[in-house]
Amino acid sequence: MKGEFILGKKTFMKGNEAIAESAIRSGCKAYYGYPITPQNELTAYMAKKMKNLGRVFIQTESEIAAINAVYGSTVAGFRAMTSSAGTAMGLKQEGISHLAYMEVPAVIVDMMRGGPGLGNILATQGDYNMATKGGGTGDYHVIVLAPNSVQEASDLTRLAFELADKYRNPAMILADGTIGQMMENVEFMEPIEPEDLPAPDYALTGCEGRAPRKAEPKNSAQELEDHNIALQLKYDICALNEQRAEEIMTEDAEVIIVAFGSVSRMVHEIIADAREEGYKFGLFRPITLWPFPEKAFRKNIVHAKAVVVLEHNAGMMTRDVRMYVSERCPVYYHGRMGGNIIDMEVVSKKIKSIIDSKGKDWGDLDGKQGLWKTF
Amino acid sequence: MASKVYGRPSSLNEKQFTYCPGCGHGVCNRLLAEVIDELEIVGKTIGVSYVGCGGMLYDFFNIDFAFPLHGRAPATATGIKRVRPDKIVFSYQGDGDLAAIGAAEIIHAATRGENLTALFINNGIYGMTGGQMAPTTLIGQRASTCIDGRDPSYHGRPIRMSEMIAQCDGACYVERVSIDSPKNISVAKKAIKKAFQNQIDGKGFSLVEIISPCPIGWNLSPNDAYKRITEEVLGFYKLNVFKDTTSK
Repeated sequence: MKGEFILGKKTFMKGNEAIAESAIRSGCKAYYGYPITPQNELTAYMAKKMKNLGRVFIQTESEIAAINAVYGSTVAGFRAMTSSAGTAMGLKQEGISHLAYMEVPAVIVDMMRGGPGLGNILATQGDYNMATKGGGTGDYHVIVLAPNSVQEASDLTRLAFELADKYRNPAMILADGTIGQMMENVEFMEPIEPEDLPAPDYALTGCEGRAPRKAEPKNSAQELEDHNIALQLKYDICALNEQRAEEIMTEDAEVIIVAFGSVSRMVHEIIADAREEGYKFGLFRPITLWPFPEKAFRKNIVHAKAVVVLEHNAGMMTRDVRMYVSERCPVYYHGRMGGNIIDMEVVSKKIKSIIDSKGKDWGDLDGKQGLWKTF
Repeated sequence: MASKVYGRPSSLNEKQFTYCPGCGHGVCNRLLAEVIDELEIVGKTIGVSYVGCGGMLYDFFNIDFAFPLHGRAPATATGIKRVRPDKIVFSYQGDGDLAAIGAAEIIHAATRGENLTALFINNGIYGMTGGQMAPTTLIGQRASTCIDGRDPSYHGRPIRMSEMIAQCDGACYVERVSIDSPKNISVAKKAIKKAFQNQIDGKGFSLVEIISPCPIGWNLSPNDAYKRITEEVLGFYKLNVFKDTTSK
């Protein structure tokens, strides 16, 4: 297809398309979506491929219908997916909460754009809180995976389907327009046919030869509390087992920079440059945003003099980082919003001057653009 | 030798209905169960319930059931039927669910021509939440959110969903029936059966609207509630086959 170059086993394609192709290869039987920038290539790719594969693609009347149709297909025992961005992710939250309640898996892709409200179509990381704190009503979590490359977007899509099935819970790919729109080489995993995956034991298939199955609500106080306690136990197990992070030169780092997704890529070059000048920067990149990779993070910060969090939002992850740092060292935050991009050279200068002046307040330093805070 | 002429349909379990005295949902559930039995589809049917009084029906049936969100039953039913086209999938919704919050989902499922059976129980009131005005509440009818009666200049007018769905090209069969008399109950059952048969035959989207009483929500005795359907409700919600392209 147009824009697709085969380089050996690798394909050169957009992040949005790589997620779609990976979903198809992960045995995704049904995709339901509604147009919204910046994830339209994903919907378009699914539209092009799913029908020819004899699978299901519906451009639904709304984001609400899409997530509720995903519920239908997954409660019937198949892998299914939807993708969205911006305010439309807000529309999906009721459905995502219900999937968690019913303990039915689903994969949801959020290609974050500018907010709040209708915001704009540019890449940001402003859905961190909505994704990692539940996002809808009640006590639940979504498993949140944050890729920082097209290859990882593909790999984490497969993982999202596996974790969603394993924990019978929605799993989300949380990326931004940058990851969705950029083109890189990607190597895909071996394909799985939807029919080759075993039908789960909750699947509604018609009760021929067995007792009827019900995806039913918990109406009494005791039933619902018992259900919530079981869910929390499940989330505890998930949090214990599924933390994933990348650590770059953190062993001896004086300053640990924390960033996820597209922002983390930009940190690589300032680490290399700073180290040439004798400043020991390191990068800690959460790959799972929920569960936050707290075990690895706590280990990394033992010798750090400061933690710097860089985000394309107003400090959503910084609050979590502050919690895990406890009072061990200062936490500095810098963020840009609205689709503006962090100027890493300015950040690098500031971190160096913090090291030189041994903890001069981040807010006293130059930096007219974006938001600078010390936590 | 005596033979059994009336009993509990096998698609219903032993649980007692929890509906209020005189509520029409019990009759509608029973008709649905009889149809599922007669078509011998108990083992291959998947129901999609709804949010509202009748939504408890998932608990009374010996079939697989999904409990969806308010108004979204047609979307969830679509998701099930598309991945399991060999199964029989139906939705069962009330008027608040289908005609207010879920208006978009029902219209688009019908327009896409999803091969589904949609049952729409219209009693003109929100029962479960305490008698609020529904999109189908008649002019002058009292409800807790139109306490002096529905005033068209202030609350707007009632909606006619069957007439609207019949306009959707993807719908093959749309009929409004009532359960206010034994004769009409018999007609209602035939309509439900046809709506299921259409799906078995792969003919597309069928909707049966059933005018049903809510004595508690209407503040009437069960007898008076049935009488109100005959004398008042059917004057606005006319019984009719609005569309039937299945014989073509």
